[in-house]
Amino acid sequence: MTTTTGPSPSPEAVAEIEQPMRQARLPRWTPWASLAAALVVALLVTAPGGRSLGGVVAITAIAHLVLIGVLSAVREGSRRAKDRIVTALVTIAFGLAMIPLVSVVWTVVGNGLARFDTTFFTWSMRGVVGEGGGALHAIWGTIIVTLIAALISVPVGLLAAVYLVEYGAGSRLAKAITFLVDVMTGIPSIVAGLFVAALFVIVVGPGTKLGIMGSLALAVLMIPTVVRSTEEMLKLVPNDLREAAYALGVPKWRTITKVVLRTSVSGIATGITLAIARVAGETAPLLVTLGITTGTNFNPFDGRMATLPVYAYYQYTQPGVPAEAGVERAWTAALVLIILVMALNLVARLISRLFAPKVGR
Amino acid sequence: MSSTQTTRPDPGGDRAVIETGTKRAGDTVFRGTATGSGVLILLVLAAVAAFLVGEAVPAFTADPAEIEGERGLVAYVWPLLFGTVLAAVIALLVATPIAVGIALFISHYAPRRLAQGLGYLVDLLAAVPSIVYGIWGITVLSRWMIPVYGWLAEQLGFIPLFAGPASTTGRTILTAGLVLAVMILPIITALSRDVFLQTPRLHEEAALALGATRWEMVKYSVIPYGRSGVVSAAMLGLGRALGETMAVALVLSVSNVVTFNLVSSTNPSTIAANIALNFPEASGIDVNVLIASGLALFVITFLVNFAARWVVQRSGAKA
Repeated sequence: MTTTTGPSPSPEAVAEIEQPMRQARLPRWTPWASLAAALVVALLVTAPGGRSLGGVVAITAIAHLVLIGVLSAVREGSRRAKDRIVTALVTIAFGLAMIPLVSVVWTVVGNGLARFDTTFFTWSMRGVVGEGGGALHAIWGTIIVTLIAALISVPVGLLAAVYLVEYGAGSRLAKAITFLVDVMTGIPSIVAGLFVAALFVIVVGPGTKLGIMGSLALAVLMIPTVVRSTEEMLKLVPNDLREAAYALGVPKWRTITKVVLRTSVSGIATGITLAIARVAGETAPLLVTLGITTGTNFNPFDGRMATLPVYAYYQYTQPGVPAEAGVERAWTAALVLIILVMALNLVARLISRLFAPKVGR
Repeated sequence: MSSTQTTRPDPGGDRAVIETGTKRAGDTVFRGTATGSGVLILLVLAAVAAFLVGEAVPAFTADPAEIEGERGLVAYVWPLLFGTVLAAVIALLVATPIAVGIALFISHYAPRRLAQGLGYLVDLLAAVPSIVYGIWGITVLSRWMIPVYGWLAEQLGFIPLFAGPASTTGRTILTAGLVLAVMILPIITALSRDVFLQTPRLHEEAALALGATRWEMVKYSVIPYGRSGVVSAAMLGLGRALGETMAVALVLSVSNVVTFNLVSSTNPSTIAANIALNFPEASGIDVNVLIASGLALFVITFLVNFAARWVVQRSGAKA
């Protein structure tokens, strides 16, 4: 927290200065000791009425707060006691957030491994009743729909960001676009799905369900994310680079494509990967636009397509007979989905770490 | 995310100098495409609004008897709207204090070396798809909550919120709100952390030099500086909670009533969940009704996000 500069005073001088100001402090290990004591208290309190993990953890946290507060108030005064209580509180807040993360990963991996086999990745659901069957069709569907969404939104998002930073900076149009892009990032995903559904009801006719509709809905969700991240990256490119290119007589558009975009490519790639990761797990817009099928469909312009999130949803809510088989498939689909999204996130982090630009912050 | 960067070079500022030279075809084309893409985004947003309105109009003009429940559009949408806001507000009330705590933990309390890694852990929560949260909520969280609801209904039943009778499945609006809280936690944390980290170092050091404890330093320098950032982060979280679909659709056991009873088995649905549950099988006027409810959701989230961005912009200009 604090930084010292210059030669440090001799230990004797420090001791002399600190002597009158020294306050009673608890030893450094006190918080840990308090936590251990709180755990013992919690175990004792819950012993008669049967233990549950949640109960023990909750009582431990409360006992720790009380214990450290009282100890510190007695020995160090109320100000330090408050400080210690807040420290414990924010740590507990962090621990609290870890509970769902650990629990989600634990249950999904635990339940999903049962069907994490070759059948799951080589079979579709065509003609499958009850046990067996797989999600090959849904995996293909997710890949196709997400790729088309990326093909639509990456050029649009990239060019819009180029406009915002390189051409329109400061203009009224650019300000309006920036603001609406910000607002667009908050569009509920189901509304994007409804929009595309409404569009196709008018253009093609009611009840239309096509793969391309899902892609369009995802593109609506993806464009603002791509614009925002690309814009941030383009702004980090130092102006010197642009000026150097102009001074060499390079046209502006070649400066942008060869210098500005080239410099920020790793950041842009990171942003795009994160945007793909975000839409790959979307369920709601796909549910209302492309429905579900049992067979593999490679043509996004013809008929319904299955995708992993929607597949997981229907396998869970309409598992068929016996229900366990469907529910197990749903868990495995959820596991595959989590692995896919986490992998994309990891790739994004790797890109930004390995190819980070050597300029800027 | 935040737009508080102030000392940026203005890359477009040299435009005038560059473009006085001879016009190049490449430049014109590239500039046109870039501008076109920007305008396209505006058009898409306008189209979203226009098509939703266009498809919702038949629902507004339809005979009330044709609409599900046979009491007209408003009577149909009102409980949904109520449920949407209730679930989102529960999520916000639960998530905001925890998120601020986590943000402070990562920015000012955690050991420096660990802080970034811990931040990634919280970000991972955002990477879990909503359908997974839904299935987790229905199988794990609702079961955890059954004894809690029983206890609440028994001990605190005199408060209308916990009047009971307690749900035996745990699939209540409170559970849905808690799942939403988990889902919006990462976004509020990330934005709050960013503003807390931007607190001027000198403010913090001045507080410490005056003998403040770490909490006093946070209270008097970090929190006043980050307050508007936290407010807008919470509003963005609210916007996301309002529109979140699958988790609610799976977790909630629905009976379309207006009630503040958080722990019973009769719960209002939310707009988004209702659309997800009914749209795939809907036809005729029902489609228009669902789109009309989607329009209501769009307007609400638009306003919430608009307000959040407005707060950010205002505070950004001040900083």
